[in-house]
Amino acid sequence: MASPLRPSLSDRLRPAVVPAGAAIVAVVLAGCGSNAAGGGPHLNWNYFFDSVFHPDGQIRFGLWLTVSIAITSQLIGVILGTFAALGKMAKFRPFRIMANIYIWFFRGTPLVVQIVFFYFGLSVARIYGWPEINILGFGIDGAIQAGIFALGVNEGAYFAEIVRAGILSIDPGQMEAAKSLGMTYAQSMRRIVLPQAARVIVPPLGNEFNNMLKTTSLLVLISVPELYTVFNRKQGNYFAPFEFYLAAAVWFLLLTTIWSFIQAWIERRLAKGTAGSATSGPGWRDRLFGRGQNPAEEVGLVSGGR
Amino acid sequence: MAAQPHDLLAAIGGVPVPPGDVVVEATDVHKWFGRLHVLKGVSMTIKRQEVVVVIGASGSGKTTFIRCVNHLEKIQQGRIFVNGHLIGYRETGGRLVEDRESNIARQRQEIGMVFQRFNLFPHMTALENIIEAPIRVRKIPQDQAIETGKALLARVGLAAKAETYPAQLSGGQQQRVAIARALAMKPILMLFDEPTSALDPEMIGEVLEVMKELAREGMTMIVVTHEMGFAREVADRVLMMDDGLIIEEGTPEHFFQNPTHERTKAFLSKIL
Repeated sequence: MASPLRPSLSDRLRPAVVPAGAAIVAVVLAGCGSNAAGGGPHLNWNYFFDSVFHPDGQIRFGLWLTVSIAITSQLIGVILGTFAALGKMAKFRPFRIMANIYIWFFRGTPLVVQIVFFYFGLSVARIYGWPEINILGFGIDGAIQAGIFALGVNEGAYFAEIVRAGILSIDPGQMEAAKSLGMTYAQSMRRIVLPQAARVIVPPLGNEFNNMLKTTSLLVLISVPELYTVFNRKQGNYFAPFEFYLAAAVWFLLLTTIWSFIQAWIERRLAKGTAGSATSGPGWRDRLFGRGQNPAEEVGLVSGGR
Repeated sequence: MAAQPHDLLAAIGGVPVPPGDVVVEATDVHKWFGRLHVLKGVSMTIKRQEVVVVIGASGSGKTTFIRCVNHLEKIQQGRIFVNGHLIGYRETGGRLVEDRESNIARQRQEIGMVFQRFNLFPHMTALENIIEAPIRVRKIPQDQAIETGKALLARVGLAAKAETYPAQLSGGQQQRVAIARALAMKPILMLFDEPTSALDPEMIGEVLEVMKELAREGMTMIVVTHEMGFAREVADRVLMMDDGLIIEEGTPEHFFQNPTHERTKAFLSKIL
């Protein structure tokens, strides 16, 4: 353990971030040079630059898919997770059992298996064939539906624990006060406890969505043409894994970076409403470079990796 | 100092009148926390417009008892009637079965409660705290609830704080909002659970003033407190609890002049 007097590892590494960025640029430029000279590894940097600065229709569509699948799945996860959390805390035993089985199963099996099982498994077994459905004039491919379903249901199982911890962090006196005014359990939960828990849940929710943006890439397994699938295809077509995978990484990094700004903004706005609680979330720098725990992490609200 | 509280009950349309002469009737109430026997047969009758102060050392069961009166705690034996309704339970074949949640919620609408730690809703302004239950539970139109809420705030001396969040209020101000919140439901009975115990000394007075005014206006109240000055001024009766039982009962004068029970004498000598 580092002694409290010594700067943390990330602090000590901080000065290295800028030089590291410069080094990447240098490598890129050197690569261009060596390419022009015809010696060294044969890298076609145009693949990379074109993919990043002039994305074609496939990439743009992939981006759109990645973002929309992530948002939809996260929404499903939040809804399922909230119900699972309430189920887990319910007085009625069958609700508790159902919630526990759901969480146990989806946290206990690999997401990869869930994705292929729901898509290939269910359709081959003729349980559900995932036909294309039409929403507001957009045909939505079965694989996309299956992917959203698997990601959402999986996320719900993790999110349930976050919601539960959020609810448990609220003073029981709040529920008692609401009940003493004649509110039912459901009213007290919805109007009094959940809005307060939401404030605690938002920081880990941001982390979950950051994960979700990246986890959509697993849908390559069922050929959903999201961002990673597109680049995976391209690198195969041109046999240029370095250039295209690097470009894929840059695009994902851009998405998560934009999200971290949005998240910081949301948390600042939420903090404004709470008078007296001066605990604004960590700034975007800390968020980007992973320093500064968010308050929820301290109380153990953040689930670990998948 | 805030303006004197006045006409509190006029703000909610006068003294809520309970249907009968007896508001609370508790008989032989027993409560166990696991194996700990905290209430060992408490009985009391509280009449309309009576103010009863319950005193006793911590652990004597006084707080537990008033929490049973609105069924925030379950009881294992005995009966508590408020307004003639059995609180929290249905009687089927001589056995007590916990009542449906909606029935319990309905019973609680008639019983206001003020907590030691205020328990205001921190995500709502003072006014929103007050109008929440009237709108959601009593289904009172919003503009009417706001009008009543503002009137109540004015009468507890906080007219200027309607849009303020609890975190920006002092403890005394928060507790006054909490009292207004309970009153907005037009309860026929108010329960106070050590309402001044979490307050800084200089704020106790402003809360007690509101409670005294409420008592003078004719609200039926059960007050768990150590404030003997309050008891002397407005209580009709004082109950001394010890080890899960009411061991002595009488007027405030009786307790100040010649308490009979040894435990009462010992307790009073410590807090007076």
